[in-house]
Parts: sequence; structure tokens; C-alpha cells
Amino acid sequence: MNSSVIIFPGSNCDRDMDVALKKFGFKNEMVWHDDEQLPKSDLIVLPGGFSYGDYLRCGSIAGKSKIIKSVIDFAKKGGLILGICNGFQILTETSLLPGVLQQNKNIEFICKNVFVKVNDKNNKYFNSIDKDVLELHIAHNEGNYFCSGDELKMLEDNNLIAVSYCNEKGEVNEKSNPNGALQNIAGIFNKEKNILGMMPHPERMIDKYLSGEDGSIFFKNLLNNLK
Amino acid sequence: MTTVNEQVAIDHGLKKDEFKEICDLMKRTPNLTELGIFSAMWNEHCSYKSSRKHLKNLHTQGKRVIQGPGENAGVIDVDDEDAIVFKIESHNHPSFIEPYQGAATGVGGIMRDVFTMGARPIANLNSIHFGSTQHKKTKNLLRGVVKGIGGYGNCIGVPTIGGQTCFDESYNGNILVNAMTIGLVNKNKIFYSKAAGIGKPVIYVGSKTGRDGIHGASMASAVFDDKIEEKKPTVQVGDPFTEKLLLEACLELMADDSIISIQDMGAAGLTSSSVEMASKGKLGIELDLSKVPCREDKMTPYEIMLSESQERMLIVLENGKEENAKKIFDKWDLDFAVIGKTTNSKKIEIYFEKKQVADIPIDFLAENAPEYDRKWKKAKLPQKIKFKKENFKSLKIENCLKKLISNPNICEKKWVWNQYDHTVMGDTIQKPGGDSGVVRIHGTEKAVAASVDSSATYCYAHPLTGGKQVVCESWRNIISVGAEPIAITNCLNFGNPEKEKNMGEFVECVQGISEASKYLNFPVVSGNVSFYNETKDKGIKPTPSIGGVGLLKNYKNMVTMDLKNEGNIIFAIGKTEGHLDQSVFARNILNEKKGPPPEINLFNEKNNGATVMKLMNNKLILSCRDVSLGGILTTITKMCIKGKKGVKLNNLKSLINKFEYFFSEDQGRYVVEVSKKNHKKVENILKENSVHFDLLGQVQKDNYIYVDEEKISVDELAKHNKNWLMDYMAQ
Repeated sequence: MNSSVIIFPGSNCDRDMDVALKKFGFKNEMVWHDDEQLPKSDLIVLPGGFSYGDYLRCGSIAGKSKIIKSVIDFAKKGGLILGICNGFQILTETSLLPGVLQQNKNIEFICKNVFVKVNDKNNKYFNSIDKDVLELHIAHNEGNYFCSGDELKMLEDNNLIAVSYCNEKGEVNEKSNPNGALQNIAGIFNKEKNILGMMPHPERMIDKYLSGEDGSIFFKNLLNNLK
Repeated sequence: MTTVNEQVAIDHGLKKDEFKEICDLMKRTPNLTELGIFSAMWNEHCSYKSSRKHLKNLHTQGKRVIQGPGENAGVIDVDDEDAIVFKIESHNHPSFIEPYQGAATGVGGIMRDVFTMGARPIANLNSIHFGSTQHKKTKNLLRGVVKGIGGYGNCIGVPTIGGQTCFDESYNGNILVNAMTIGLVNKNKIFYSKAAGIGKPVIYVGSKTGRDGIHGASMASAVFDDKIEEKKPTVQVGDPFTEKLLLEACLELMADDSIISIQDMGAAGLTSSSVEMASKGKLGIELDLSKVPCREDKMTPYEIMLSESQERMLIVLENGKEENAKKIFDKWDLDFAVIGKTTNSKKIEIYFEKKQVADIPIDFLAENAPEYDRKWKKAKLPQKIKFKKENFKSLKIENCLKKLISNPNICEKKWVWNQYDHTVMGDTIQKPGGDSGVVRIHGTEKAVAASVDSSATYCYAHPLTGGKQVVCESWRNIISVGAEPIAITNCLNFGNPEKEKNMGEFVECVQGISEASKYLNFPVVSGNVSFYNETKDKGIKPTPSIGGVGLLKNYKNMVTMDLKNEGNIIFAIGKTEGHLDQSVFARNILNEKKGPPPEINLFNEKNNGATVMKLMNNKLILSCRDVSLGGILTTITKMCIKGKKGVKLNNLKSLINKFEYFFSEDQGRYVVEVSKKNHKKVENILKENSVHFDLLGQVQKDNYIYVDEEKISVDELAKHNKNWLMDYMAQ
């Protein structure tokens, strides 16, 4: 399977994502934001980091970069796009996903392990994943998801809330919400479920010496679903 | 333009004699630009004029040392093609005036020092000291500094893997912010600041030059008074995004062989970077300031030379490589300008709008910079306190332990490090909160362990012992995670060197550092000195921060501090003498602040450490933590909390009382966990190596510490340990 990771000025999880994708068998290419064409890919990843220093608004300037036009075209044809952290912010800024990511409720950067509940398995990302609760890692200052009442209803009615912050047992409650996100939303799909944006970083959880291994489950499963 | 006279020189922080010396050397009165350059190069920060004489005594050699002090950072060999570049630096004065930007630019500056040498930063650490937790400014300063450190490091994408946060009233008017960066470089591709060759283009890259930070280095070399708020404009403003671009662009340019020398524009900006490059290469340098990219209109040569705008580099390129280099910097949207060339004049010659504005022989600025042999006073070893039985009479271990474990200097600092991205780059295998942070060397089996330590209380009580102790503490912290200690970097934070007492503290701490590092073969490869940490005549406690670095040949052999399994045996390695003076217990529970710090026995320190390493290499140690603040029981408690286990402690066979045994801060000690099966094997190795040990007890499944007649809940202790700082910051 071929994947592409897009590098924006200020991206800083691009290498980590490259390492993770290759580890689980993707043939990955790095793509510069100023390019116009995407290489032939089964998966496009918008990595974490601080594209354009998070200036103006997180993800907003990257959302206007040259390569984004191709990314949008790719998405419209049903191509798989995964946005992690800053990548999720870019996806909301390009309106490929609804809502916004505001500053964390406690107005502090948060770096720690969290649990997320997989709400929907009827998609390429989580189909046949054998766990309902994943332990992943977050590291962000603006992960507090918010959207309008109509948008929320649309997300709920169509099962588009991909993952929600929860506790170890999978209970979604206020205590397990690290950043104040609406309904504990940690990640969402677009209507066709080919686009997934989420704040947690699966690429930081890919061997037992790191923060955990649930990222490995995510990537292995994703690759299997694409085969 | 202002006419230069003695008063103008004094306003620039120069002394009368120094101004006279400058006029004598120049055989004329310098113009204002020249005076500005002299004042920047001759101040404490750049010239090390009070410290140089003593720094020469530091131990800087070792078989793994590739580059010792004198470069942008130190470099050590970590086998194969790999070398580690590292350094610690202070940003104290700016951080007190403007905590967010001060701390942020401190992190930015030290990262530039490391990537200037061709290394990709792979880890950050820091040592931050604040005033009393009761002081009205402390909370805001802590919040600002932590946000600043995180704001910069997180954005660049370098994990912050460790550090320390300390509180003491001596920092009420003068906080300390010391930032350390570790980078990885191919040992055949290290870049240095020494220029070579004549007629080579001098290139300016990075951000534009603005009026920020003018005289920052001079501000950092002065004591504070009531008017510090007025100094806000001398604090630089950081832009981590530009630094990230600069990092990537520099590393891209470094991949081929077009760079002759490279130097970041840190303290004293363009002045010190250009002078240092020329001085090291024994060359001259010619600059045309009209070509410097400026952010503001009508900047004068004086301002351009003294600006400390951040995220800028000066590069001497091979002829003909300009176009290729420019392409790289264009790609990363960074300014690039050829602003001068190297010459054989051995002078710095500066032009602006086609007129010469400065003409100074390089030697006057570097080699002829003053060096002082300041007067200093030797500190006496304080008399040992004789504690009486009744001092301990009404004490219960549980109450003492709760007080210690929630002491601001011992409690868990999660509030701090949850705000630092400590996992980006995907190689952090030991997060903050352990004895050392550990990151893998990407794509290899190797890992680097690092720790930053200071012990101002000990250094204040007896500087010579304190200096030794900090080095030993660092050495133990590296060993505790299973790594071999290799080298250190030191950040020497002291008061006013013009006062004999403060100068004495400096001299004796340096002597202590030197003795210990020599004995332990733990050389100093880089560092900096920060004097004048004094506000309204009140100096800080002497605070050398030591950043230690070690190597794990196979990261899978890393040791952590969490207790592993029920039934395992707990050993204390090293002898407990019961030294309470200057301990957290004596100071906070017995209210006794006098007495000498614990004695350092370098022979035992080395022997105990080497033996622990041997045990670890034989995979006999399941968990380990060194004994430091709060003594053995505090150490065990932290191991219990982390491992969610309890312990049953044996009855004491010691002659000292239980408080002395459990809370004394004798040095050279470790607590380790060993399986029952290996119990005898471990005992034999310890005996063979003449290492003193005590059998402390056994790991329990239930979460209680059984000690003497008391049964103490680990969950309760954990709450005290974890909540103190969170609660404090939430109030």
C-alpha cells in the first residue's frame, strides 16, 4: 500500500508518522507543501506539528497551501485522508471536516496518555479492530473540539464521531475529557468516512518501550483494511 | 551621534579602568559603535573575565571527548558514527523580567548552539529555580517560564525529557532558568565556529534584525535594582516557527560541504558571532551593515551590531556556493544575505552606507579582553549539629513522610512536564519524573540518558562539598537508569563576583566540580557562567546546575524506578551514616537550617556506582533509584508510588535512630530491587567489591509501607506527592 505524508513548514511529527507507516508495511513518500501533484497513494496523512507556527489560527495557513487543492480533489474521489493533531486542525480549516479546535479548556499545553472509545467500526480505519478502547497519546494546545448544534446532530445521526475520550473502562464522562472537547470528541469522520481527523497520536504508540502499543493495533488494522 | 567619553562608557557597563584600557589599545577614543562592540565583548557574559581563571581548572579530558569547552557546545563519542552534542545555558535575568519570552528564547538559544554544530536536537532538559512558594511573584513566574519553555520546545518538535523545578527564598528576586539541549551528529560531520580562508563570503541567514535585545548581554551582567521593569525592552522575543525553519535549512545545507564555519547569533548578536569566528580562525572580517536584513526602519550600525534578535546565524561559505545555499534558504522562506567577507587584516572592519563605521583589531576584543583575579573568601565547614533524643520524641514516620513527599522540592512535578511535549520524535523511552530522561538514538539499539541537577542548599552551606555533590548526584542519576555516565555540562549560577563571599562560593564550587568530575572520569565539555544573580544587594544561593549525559549500549537494558514484583528483595547500596544536617528533614521537620552538607567520599561514590553498573550489566537489578533529597524512605516511597506496590521493611540493625536512618541524606547510595533467586548472587558481588549494603525489606502486594510499628498507605502518600503542585497552582 502506498501512503504520502505532507510536510508543511513547521510540521514536526512528519518523521514519526513516516517511521510508523513504514514499520507496518506502507510504502511511504514525503510530499512538500509547495508541490502541486500528489504521488499515487492509497492514504494521505496530514501530520502533527505547528504548521506555519500556528500563526493566525492553527492549520489555517496550511489550509491554503498549494498541495491542499490536490488533497481536496483526492478526498472528493473517496481517497483516504488521515489528519493527526495539527492535521485534524488543517482538515477543519479546509472544511473537509466540520467544526473547529479551540484552545484547551485549562489554557495549557497537555502531553499525556489518554483512552479513546472507538464509536464506529463501519469504516476503513477501524473495521475489524479487536479493541473498543485504545490507549493513545495526546500533545496539543488546541484540541478542544467545538461545532454548531446542527453539525453535532449531523455527526451523531450519521455515526461520524469516530473516537471519544473515555476512561480505561470505556466510560465517556467529564473526568476523562482532557481538553474540554464537546461531547468528549477526540476525532471525527466526514460523511463518507474516508476522512478521519483526530487529536491523539497513534504514531507515538508503536512499541512497548514508548508510551504504549495501541498505535500499532491502529496501523496494522488500517493496512489490513486497505489490502 | 553621541560623543564617547568616560560616562558613556560607564553607562555601557564598562569600568573606568576598562575604558582607559580601550583608549590605550586603540590609541584613540572609540566611536559609539566601537564602544558598543567593546562593551558587548568585554562584559562578563562574553568575556568570562571573572571566571576564566578558575574555569581553566575544570577537568575537560576523557577518551570519549571529541570537543570540550570553547565551542558552541561540547561533543562526545557514543560509538559507531554517532556523537552527542550538548550544552546547558542560563537565561536568568530575561526570565525574571519577562518569564514567557525569557524562558522561550533561552530554549531557542541553546538549541541553536547545538544545531550550529551540525547536530539535530533530540532532547531538551531544564533546571528552573523559583523563590519561596509563599512569595507573591512565584506562581506567575513559574507559570510563565513553563509556558515559555513548552511554547518553544513543543513547537520545534524536540521532546523535553527531564529537568528539575526547585523553590527557595533566595530566588525571590532572581529566578534561574537553565536550558539544556542534546543533539545527535555524525562524528565526521561536525561543524565548528572557526573561520578559515581569506576572501570567503560571510552570510547572514534567518530572521531579520530588529531593535529587540539591544544590550541583552550587558543586562545579563548587571545586578537588578528597583528599575528592572524598565529593562523589558532588552528581552528578546522568540519565534520558534522561524527557528524550526532555520534548523531544517541549516541541516539541509550542512549535508554538503559548502560551510567553512557557522556560528549562531546569540548573546551580543552579530558582534560576538563575527568576532568569535574571526578570532578562532586568526583572521579579519569585513561587514557591510547596509546589507543586513532589517525588520525596522533606519536602524543604526550601533543597533545592528548589538541587536539580539533571535533565530539568526552567521555562516562562512566556500566561494561559489552562495547560489546553492540561497536556494535552500529560499525554500524555507528565510532571509539570506552576503554581508561581508573574511580578510587577512585581523581586524573587524564595518561599513555602513559606504562609510567605515568601526575598525578594531580582533585581538583587542577577544584575547585582550580583561581577565580578573578577583578576591575571594574561603568558606569554613560549619560545625555538625548534635541532635538530641527529644528532637525526635513526638515524631511519627508517617507524618514526616507525608510532609517530605509533598515538599515543593520533592513532590511530583507533573503539572510542569505535562505542558512539555516529551514524546515527539518517537524515541522517548523514559519520561520526566525518573532519575534521568532517556531517548533512543534513532534507528539504533543505543540510547542517551540525561539528567540536570543542582543542590543550592548544600552549596550554600559549604561550596566545596556542594560542588562535588552535584556532580555525584548527576553521576548516580545516570547510573540509576542503567546508563554509563560519560560527560557533563555545567551552568554556574552565582551572585556578584565583586563580593568576596560570592566569588569564594564560585571558586570553591568550581573546585568541587573539578575534583569530583576528575575522580569519576566525568569530564565537563561545555557550560556557561551566570554572575550577578542579585537583586537589591541580595544574592542567590550558589547554584551550579550540572547536566549529565550517559550512554545505554542497548536500550532494552534500561532500568526504571517502579517496583516490579511482590516478594522481591530491596537493598540499600552504600552506607547510611545518619547525616541529617542540611537535609530536607532537618530543615523542614526539625527546623534546623545549620550544619554541614553530607560529606562526599569520592572513593565510595565511584565504587558504589561502578558496582551498581556491574549488577545492571548482569541484569540483576529490576528497579533502581538513587537516594537524594528526603533520604531512603522518600526514595522507597517514590518507587512504591510508581510501581503501585508496597514494601515491608526489616527491623533496623543500625546504631542510629530510625529517623536518622530513613531520612538522612548521606551520599553515594542507591535503592535497588532484586529477585529472590538472585539475592545471594547480588550479595556476593557487593561483598567482592567491598560495597556496604543493607537488606531493607521485601516488596508487598498490598499498597502499604510497613515500617517499625507503622503501616502507611501508599495511596495516601501518592496523593500527597502528586497533588501538592497541582493544588498550589490551582489556588
